[in-house]
Amino acid sequence: MDSHSIIGTKNKKGQTFTDPYHLFFEAQRIPSFFTGSEVIKEAIRRASVDLMVAYPITPQSEAAALIGELYAEGYVTDYMRGENEFGVMSECAGGSFGGARVFTTTAGPGTMRAMENFPMWSGARLPIEMIVTCRGINSPLSIQPDTLEIYFLLETGMLVWHAETAQDFYDWILMGFMVAEQPDVHLPIAICCDGFFVTHTKDVVNLTPADMCLPPYDPYRSPVPCMDMECPPVRMMRDPFIMKSNYISYATHASWQQEVRAAIERSRKHTIPLLHGLIETENTDAEILIVSSGTAVSQGREAIRLLADEGLRVGLVKIKSLRPWPYHEIREATKHAKHIFVPEFNVAGWMAREIKSTIPDSDRVVVGPHVAGGMTMPPEVIVEHIQRTLGKSVATLAGRGS
Amino acid sequence: MNQSGPYVVRPGPEAFLPPAAASMGNALPDPGQAHINGRIVPEEEAFEEAARMFLGGTVPTIFPGPLVLWAWNEKAKKKAKAIKFLYDTLKECAPQDAKPMLIPMPDYRPKYPKINPEVEINPNHPNLTIWHNKIDVCMFVGVHCHQANLSLKIIRGGTTCYTIAMCAQAGHEDACLSFRDASVEKIMHLAEWVKKLKGAVPFGALKKHVAALESKDRVGGTRN
Repeated sequence: MDSHSIIGTKNKKGQTFTDPYHLFFEAQRIPSFFTGSEVIKEAIRRASVDLMVAYPITPQSEAAALIGELYAEGYVTDYMRGENEFGVMSECAGGSFGGARVFTTTAGPGTMRAMENFPMWSGARLPIEMIVTCRGINSPLSIQPDTLEIYFLLETGMLVWHAETAQDFYDWILMGFMVAEQPDVHLPIAICCDGFFVTHTKDVVNLTPADMCLPPYDPYRSPVPCMDMECPPVRMMRDPFIMKSNYISYATHASWQQEVRAAIERSRKHTIPLLHGLIETENTDAEILIVSSGTAVSQGREAIRLLADEGLRVGLVKIKSLRPWPYHEIREATKHAKHIFVPEFNVAGWMAREIKSTIPDSDRVVVGPHVAGGMTMPPEVIVEHIQRTLGKSVATLAGRGS
Repeated sequence: MNQSGPYVVRPGPEAFLPPAAASMGNALPDPGQAHINGRIVPEEEAFEEAARMFLGGTVPTIFPGPLVLWAWNEKAKKKAKAIKFLYDTLKECAPQDAKPMLIPMPDYRPKYPKINPEVEINPNHPNLTIWHNKIDVCMFVGVHCHQANLSLKIIRGGTTCYTIAMCAQAGHEDACLSFRDASVEKIMHLAEWVKKLKGAVPFGALKKHVAALESKDRVGGTRN
């Protein structure tokens, strides 16, 4: 099937298969007031998804259930409930091996439980789209927002994007399929957002028309054959290279891994025009920059406004794509900065580590402020962190009640 | 990605484990373009270069893969005929001492203890076929992109073979020269170029070309 030849025709729900560029950038947008979970549903309504596999885990449960409604309405071809997240991701693999466009959602401990599948998806070149509504992964149990799980995804061979807003989320869910399914990319994609902050709050989101949808996935453009028990990648599972001890077997395996990383790099060419760059910047000529991703960027924007009131000019770098990593873009955007602050919703500070390994004079990076375990990050906390680093004496926000 | 391209992609043996060219910053060509050694060029320039490489080699070889070996649709059948025509043209036009070959890549199964390099090539151990037949220039066509990239990089890592990719999708950075959007017409056009350059390329010219490329790298320092 040539997916381009059906542009302009209608699916069984009467939606018109639409050229993606037209859908994203030219079609009328309808302002709507939705939660992030509802936004996931509305994006999938327009995504020509063949298979969704669901399993409940907060905060993605609502989205998974809403897509069940789409199945009942006939917008999603098939809908299955997995026995746990490992089962979900394995079932997603089966659907994708068979040539279907596959979508799923997960969060926190679910992501961790399913982890073995993600490098397998990448190695098998399965362009599955997975929504990650990030939450705490540790014990004692937390269901609250925390971005530590993203760090575990970074070297799985998946594309990883981190949305700041529900609008990002809506657009990127649709765009993600188009990038992930390119034959020179053809990798799974994790589109992450900060759970609750995005999924359970309402925002005005400009939706594309409900009577337009993406063209379907064309499995015949896949860089590997569709499921075939005599060919890799399926054959790999019962006769893997690692079972043979010789140089060429190992070299093949290593080349396989390199090819997955190469495919991540190739996705730049397709991603940059859709996302308008892998990063977004404001006032990067300022001596102080806030650099982060997700809702930490939103808090950063407010902190910048508060600091401007005090006469301090601060710039912003919003990182949209974590894999591929915007190496050159970050180096360029931070070249004037003397202090680079990296606010994060996790205890590890992985984003700061990534940035430190990217830029020259990495001692310019000020790690933090951090919050974790579901804490909010009021903009005043970022302001306080910046002012203290600059040598100013400020009272901590935490002492306000005393 | 720590380096902006182009990284010079030329015959090896390059390294114990050479990098993927895409990870070195090399980008794939847009429609109407190709790449030669990682440099993006107009497609026509690549047709001439590919024909020169074929005619300058001592054992120019075409490796057709499953997408053109099996008659799974009408387009595949037509492509297979075009590839046979290219091979016949190569036999007709190559210098007298050259030995053109057509060796299939029928599937991608890991085969143990080893494949028979006389009759096939396998992406998991392509060097066996290259070494055994002393192939110095080859063209991949009809091979699924993932398998082609795997194989092209291993060939670059351990052999002196110049690699050409006639790719039906977006092309291959790991080949020394790559076309994209391969069609029957493009394969026939390459055959036309081979005919056009008949007698114009001395036997073994490929070796000198590669040596010149290496020398240029040393001067320019573009190959890490």
